Amino acid sequence: MTDAARDVAAREDDERVGLAATNAQRGFWLLIAIGVLVFVLLASIAIGSKDIPLPTVIDALFNYNDSDDHAIIMALRVPRTVLGLGVGIALGLSGALIQALTRNPLADPGILGVNAGASFFVTLAVGLFGFTSISSYIWFAFLGAILATVLVYAIGSVGRGAATPIRLTLAGVAISAVLSGVQSGLELLNPATFDAMRFWRAGSLTAPGYDNIVVAAPFLAIGLVLAIVATRPLNAIALGDDLAASLGANITRTRVTVVISVTLLAGAATAAAGPIVFIGLMIPHIARWLIGADQRWIAALTIVLSPVLLLSADIIGRVVMRPGELQVGIVTAFVGAPVLILLARRRKVSGL
Amino acid sequence: MSLIGPSKIDFGRPTGILNLWGGRLTQRLDLRALLVSAVVVAIAIAVALVTLTSGEFQIAVPEVVGALFGQATAKVHMVVVEWRLPRTSLALIMGAALGISGAIFQSLTRNPLGSPDVIGFDSGAYTGALIVIIVLKGTFYAVAGGALLGGIITALVVYLLAWRGGVQGFRLIIVGIGISAMLNSFNTYLLIRADLEVAMAAAIWGVGSLNGMTLERLAQVCAVLAVLVPAAFFISRPMRQIEMGDDAARSLGVNAEWTRLAMTIVGVALTATVTAAAGPIAFVALAAPQIAMRLTKSAGVALLPSAATGALLLGVADCLAQRAFAPTQLPVGIVTICIGGLYFAWLLMREARR
Repeated sequence: MTDAARDVAAREDDERVGLAATNAQRGFWLLIAIGVLVFVLLASIAIGSKDIPLPTVIDALFNYNDSDDHAIIMALRVPRTVLGLGVGIALGLSGALIQALTRNPLADPGILGVNAGASFFVTLAVGLFGFTSISSYIWFAFLGAILATVLVYAIGSVGRGAATPIRLTLAGVAISAVLSGVQSGLELLNPATFDAMRFWRAGSLTAPGYDNIVVAAPFLAIGLVLAIVATRPLNAIALGDDLAASLGANITRTRVTVVISVTLLAGAATAAAGPIVFIGLMIPHIARWLIGADQRWIAALTIVLSPVLLLSADIIGRVVMRPGELQVGIVTAFVGAPVLILLARRRKVSGL
Repeated sequence: MSLIGPSKIDFGRPTGILNLWGGRLTQRLDLRALLVSAVVVAIAIAVALVTLTSGEFQIAVPEVVGALFGQATAKVHMVVVEWRLPRTSLALIMGAALGISGAIFQSLTRNPLGSPDVIGFDSGAYTGALIVIIVLKGTFYAVAGGALLGGIITALVVYLLAWRGGVQGFRLIIVGIGISAMLNSFNTYLLIRADLEVAMAAAIWGVGSLNGMTLERLAQVCAVLAVLVPAAFFISRPMRQIEMGDDAARSLGVNAEWTRLAMTIVGVALTATVTAAAGPIAFVALAAPQIAMRLTKSAGVALLPSAATGALLLGVADCLAQRAFAPTQLPVGIVTICIGGLYFAWLLMREARR
């Protein structure tokens, strides 16, 4: 391609921000995504390390008897799928919010210290207080996520004026660093802790039954509502703080809402499934390229696409190493990253 | 004609002009940045002296200085020059290298989160080292080689995948995110599969450690950096123009694409040198340029103050890593990340208060 032709192509790409130009096209993409999600949800129930024929799967859902196969479906696969759905939505949506708020493509839900706080407290729980069961981790992880975010926000908002995104980001980097440093120290001085943490860090959806979902669900629900409230003013904030204020958006209130929402969503998700940051990093980029810069559409598409990625990765993790399993956190990057890179190469990528 | 004169242009801050060869080579000097760098380097050297005195065998400062100039007993000479000096001076030198590398990448990506890891270097190096440690069970030099190979291949792959008639900063970031995520997952997988002892040894390498530094390694690192550091300063002269965007840079006569490629290569090479010698020491490259920027009150990241700050950061971290929990020796990476993070947080708060 000559330079001139490339310039023209680039300019055309610039004008058409997302792949979809009209709301009808955006709705079309959303419908397709929902279709894929339904398919993946069903696949997640039907596919596992034990081969169960499809009619039996359907029977288990609608006509339950106490056979082994039915028990596997209802007690293991359905809860796991529900957990994947909730965790996926939470991770993706919190990523979309934090990228919109900080206007930084490198921002992930962990940027506010959520993951570092959660990991730090789980390390404390395992290393100092001797907890061993996964179910006791969840409260520690959640507590750590919230405390770390509060600390980050407090440091980011010292002084006059509210916390600016750049200061929040940098405060998050600083606090995360300190926490992870102390955590590595604890781990490396104590082999048993290191052993437990290397598995927790991989991230997985295998917690049995509905325990984790029940704990996480209320926080996810509140976070979801706050996120939806915040998407409209986030559109204004994308234009810059001054312009947003002159358009009538309440910047401070929006920022606080977003931070609370991200903390609840990412904190609950990390507590329930371990630190799986890549989804929150990647899906919002994909959604933005498909559908344009409107935060409301981005949020909607992210809510649908994130569980698609997480559950697909989980399904793949179940089948590639039968009868063993590969943790979902490990598979996610291998499923998602090629898609991300392909899309980044295919068109002129739109920044934030 | 004087070598250093005051600037005729008002840059809004004290500025001098360095004039060599009758005006054929001139360099604008930010006097505040120079002063801050000098003070920071002085503190770093003072900290290094303290590190040299302390340990299981206490030696007074005059004796240490004497040993450095070859006037001490054989025993003191051995402890100070052969045992402690390589480690302490490597801490300062490698800290400076990491600071420069971080400044280059933060300028290149115009992002305060930018670091060599943006193009996947650290993840790739860790993967290379993990494969050597866990799968091949190699020795120190094999691990260093594996890390170098892994890091450089990864950086190359990211750069090539991001290339489409030029490398745009944003696309580079996205491709880097993707490749790093895959490698991090693979690293987690390797760590889970390995035996606990091997996994812990690998993890200690993974946070960066200055244990077991020798005069020989000091010489090797110095030789490489003697080439890379001047290259970094020379290549980065058009850094500010590139930060203004490719179009503006081109109209000012800068070949944006080549400069960016050269900066990337030098930045990666600096980090690679450190990683090969001591493992991926965390956080210095990320924090040093940001801390330096706040100390010099400059608008962007700059190489010299970043180098000085990096040296101080790693020097202090090394001192604490050896002494804080003596006789237990912490890997230095754990300390850099803790004190770097705390200091950075404090700096942010202080900056906000005024």
